[in-house]
Amino acid sequence: MTLSRQEVEHVAMLARLKLSEEEKERLSSELGAILDYVERLEALPTAEVEPLAHVLPMHNAFRPDEPRAPFARDEMLANAPQALDGLFKVPRIL
Amino acid sequence: MERGGYEAVIGLEVHVELKTASKIFCACPNQFGGEPNTHICPVCTGMPGVLPVVNQRVVEYAIRTGLALNCQIAPFSKFDRKNYFYPDLPKAYQISQYDLPICRGGYLDIEVEGERRRIGITRVHMEEDAGKLVHLGTIATTPYSLVDLNRSGVPLLEIVSEPDLRTPAEARAYVERLRAVLLFLGVSDCKMQEGSLRCDANVSVRPRGSQALGTKTEIKNMNSFKALERALAYEIERQLDLLEDGGCVVQETRTWDEGKQVTLSMRSKEEAHDYRYFPDPDLVPIVIDDEWVERVRATMPELPDAARQRLQSCYGLSAYDAGVLTATKDSLDFFDACVALGGEAKAVANWMMGDFSRLLNQRGEEIAESKVTPAALVRMLEMVREGTISGKLAKAVFEEMYASGRGPDEIVREQGLVQISDEEALAPLIAAIVADNPKVAEDYRNGKDKALGFFVGQVMKATRGQANPQVVNAILQRMLRGTQ
Amino acid sequence: MSLCSLTVHELVTLLQRREVSPLEIATSCLQRIEAVDARVRAFLTVTAEQALEHARAIEGGRGLAGIPAAVKDNLCTRGVRTTCASRILENFVPPYDATVVARLVQAQVVSLGKLNMDEFAMGSSTENSAFFPTRNPWDLERVPGGSSGGSAAAVAADEVIFALGSDTGGSIRQPAAFCGVVGMKPTYGRVSRFGLVAFASSLDQVGCLTKDVTDCAMVLQVISGFDPMDSTSARMEVPDYTAALTGEVKGMKIGVPREYFGEGVDGAVKEVLQRALQQFEALGAVVEETSLPHTEYALPAYYILAPAEASSNLARFDGVRYGLRDETADNLLDMYGSTRARGFGPEVKRRIMLGTYALSSGYYDAYYLKAMRVRRLVKEDFDRAFARYDVLVTPTAPTVAFRLNEKVDDVLAMYMSDIATIPVNLAGIPAVSIPCGFVQGLPVGMQVMGRPFGEADLLRAAYAFEQHTGIRALKPGLEVA
Repeated sequence: MTLSRQEVEHVAMLARLKLSEEEKERLSSELGAILDYVERLEALPTAEVEPLAHVLPMHNAFRPDEPRAPFARDEMLANAPQALDGLFKVPRIL
Repeated sequence: MERGGYEAVIGLEVHVELKTASKIFCACPNQFGGEPNTHICPVCTGMPGVLPVVNQRVVEYAIRTGLALNCQIAPFSKFDRKNYFYPDLPKAYQISQYDLPICRGGYLDIEVEGERRRIGITRVHMEEDAGKLVHLGTIATTPYSLVDLNRSGVPLLEIVSEPDLRTPAEARAYVERLRAVLLFLGVSDCKMQEGSLRCDANVSVRPRGSQALGTKTEIKNMNSFKALERALAYEIERQLDLLEDGGCVVQETRTWDEGKQVTLSMRSKEEAHDYRYFPDPDLVPIVIDDEWVERVRATMPELPDAARQRLQSCYGLSAYDAGVLTATKDSLDFFDACVALGGEAKAVANWMMGDFSRLLNQRGEEIAESKVTPAALVRMLEMVREGTISGKLAKAVFEEMYASGRGPDEIVREQGLVQISDEEALAPLIAAIVADNPKVAEDYRNGKDKALGFFVGQVMKATRGQANPQVVNAILQRMLRGTQ
Repeated sequence: MSLCSLTVHELVTLLQRREVSPLEIATSCLQRIEAVDARVRAFLTVTAEQALEHARAIEGGRGLAGIPAAVKDNLCTRGVRTTCASRILENFVPPYDATVVARLVQAQVVSLGKLNMDEFAMGSSTENSAFFPTRNPWDLERVPGGSSGGSAAAVAADEVIFALGSDTGGSIRQPAAFCGVVGMKPTYGRVSRFGLVAFASSLDQVGCLTKDVTDCAMVLQVISGFDPMDSTSARMEVPDYTAALTGEVKGMKIGVPREYFGEGVDGAVKEVLQRALQQFEALGAVVEETSLPHTEYALPAYYILAPAEASSNLARFDGVRYGLRDETADNLLDMYGSTRARGFGPEVKRRIMLGTYALSSGYYDAYYLKAMRVRRLVKEDFDRAFARYDVLVTPTAPTVAFRLNEKVDDVLAMYMSDIATIPVNLAGIPAVSIPCGFVQGLPVGMQVMGRPFGEADLLRAAYAFEQHTGIRALKPGLEVA
């Protein structure tokens, strides 16, 4: 199968990836091939099988409600592409 | 179209920030305000490789809330990721609960115009708050935006009601009642202005009697009770207008514009949201057994309904008075503190619902913000009882207590407001007044009891309210009869 | 023989006898890096000065103190660039250490720097590094495997004494096999993931690459254990792993799942494995053929689950708080799109697209939920097998190291090179790859899988095997002309 161009564009939009025309084309066949391969799962009846999200039977991993000193602002902003007055700066939203 | 033939269907999604010491998934302090980006760490800013660990108190507050709202507490629940991109959402997903929330299936009773209604609670779930965006002007005109992540990771409960509400007044009553319950539980500040209680509404209209639901809109950005009521009223009218004109309601998200007093479409050119929920693999499930639920239940504070009954049965207050005093946790706490300090319950209630409440309303303040302490009010009531000040003087003293926060003794002393109960001091003054008004004295003697009031008034006026009214009464009656 | 070619335990002995100093060992490794890394290209960042300064200040001889090592560049290192071999993090300097890095610091391990990898650990050849591919020290025209290719190559080339890597679908074991070193993927939850830049959170696990099994036990000892910063970290005691190094496997029950010796597996590799199994029998182990019937479904399930988690994990690379940003974009939506387009390489984009698709409205049940159900079947295969056997033995990879560029254009062929390692991640069990022979002068890896938290069983089997073969003595021919 191949993914339609529309599907590729929709998924790329959800993933915030600006794809070139060539990338779109390649991905529609590559993703199609992978999904073809994945399709073999359909042969396996699993209606009665409980989905497995965690391999180990773990639950209730909690932390006590004890505050600790936050990080220094300079350190938290040191990697920011752009910052202003202690805030992260982003281009206009609309 | 006959508008009376239609009814509104309203469901509310209320988000409350929990009043924990630390954030939900990291140990950063959970405090309102602060310099931008000073309550942050790699976890709540979504740096690479960091992991969330659940704050146990958040789970306990959720259970407490669920019990108060008569919900079932899920023996097994989990966290999921809600994926979407926005600059205030550092990981580009919000950790929330999707198909297995911690609480389900409760209700909250509300009262509107004396009528009691039961509003269903669909679910209560835990999630993290996002940060805040700062724009220069509006989002539409700003050349860039700034991101403050102090709020990112603050614990939230989302409380979703069934679409059981029918009027804006009911919606308001529901949120007020919910807020009171949450305040009693001590799980949240519930300050709408600061955003620690936020409310979104789903609104539709349908012919009265119909079971089907009309197309709904989601209304956001209602930042006060007044805004909630007005926005809903506006939106219901807007939808009815549309139907009247033969149009139809478009399912969309709308925002309440406080300035223009209208709801506006928030539709953007972006794609419809597809949040791609899936179980968060970084967090393990939450398993709550009966023992844990009972442990939380055992530590539940008194709720508004129980407090109301207590005030009625222990202190003989009317249902109405008890209802007003238990409307907020702070008000009840103030009342209880006064009574504990020896204040007479009915007098305390009268003052709280009278002068105190009037002053709070005038200033738009909350009882907790007021400078009046329970001890000061109780002392003032004592001074009235002892006859140190008159009830009338007390009003002036209380205003000053409210304004300055000073104690009643100090105010009375400083302003020389001590009540004059000394007969020898009052008698000459009263005699002079009676002498100056022979006609009124005559009237009284002829059986016009009201005339006595005139004299009392004159005496009070002459003493700037300081005369003890009982003493004045006694002297007056003696004098007027005596001269007969 | 230079110090850099020795093992951890050999160097610890020398340090304890005060015959060498940490500075001499570090210097030896740095000289080796200087001599060979221009060809091997295992390192993305060499922190030579800090390493020497640190080595000078350490006494050495206690545990791993004074031993030089390096970590895969998806483990966060405070103050040292952590790139995940991606343009999007090219200049990212974390203000925190990964828990495993902190544990190495605590143990006074001398850090030599950060190792190359497939971008965000997505790949099986280290060719997906955004910066350059790493070469296999045994044959510079071949790949070292991946995604921890830099870690495996650095250990094989004696540039470091040991290395840390991460393993989501075989990313420690497959390169260990290709480079002829020991690679341990511990049980999910055994080692903290805090500070490991997530690829697929439910599958990722940090582990070690060492020159022999004894070193593996020693390093595993240091990095294992509960971490309150990782909710999926197990609150379990860590046994003394060196105590498992008895050399004794008499009576040990070894299962050999037939599905791992199928068509796709190179005949010569199978032969090497058969000989290895005969050696186990000769050592007194009970070797039996068994079956893990859902094996063929593991790979397709993995290629839904891992990309789905990755699509969400990698969403945070949005150009807002750190990392690359396309400064030419004048609005937010364009900034997101072009930053991520420029910042991610083709394989990462492919998996983000695949994962986003699998989670998107209308497809979740058919793909993600289905894959989670299949995951349980795969895990239950192992549960049943481990009711009978102490360990399972398979080839680590279906072939020896392939040539550079051989599989870059064939996505599925590349994915197939993890066919024997992926089921282990789905089941969350531990597995180790140890060298067990050669095919045409290239190392072959044997994978030993164990019960959850059965690392000691793996080490016991692996150590016994290692002691009875002379494989460890062989080194790649990298000698400087």
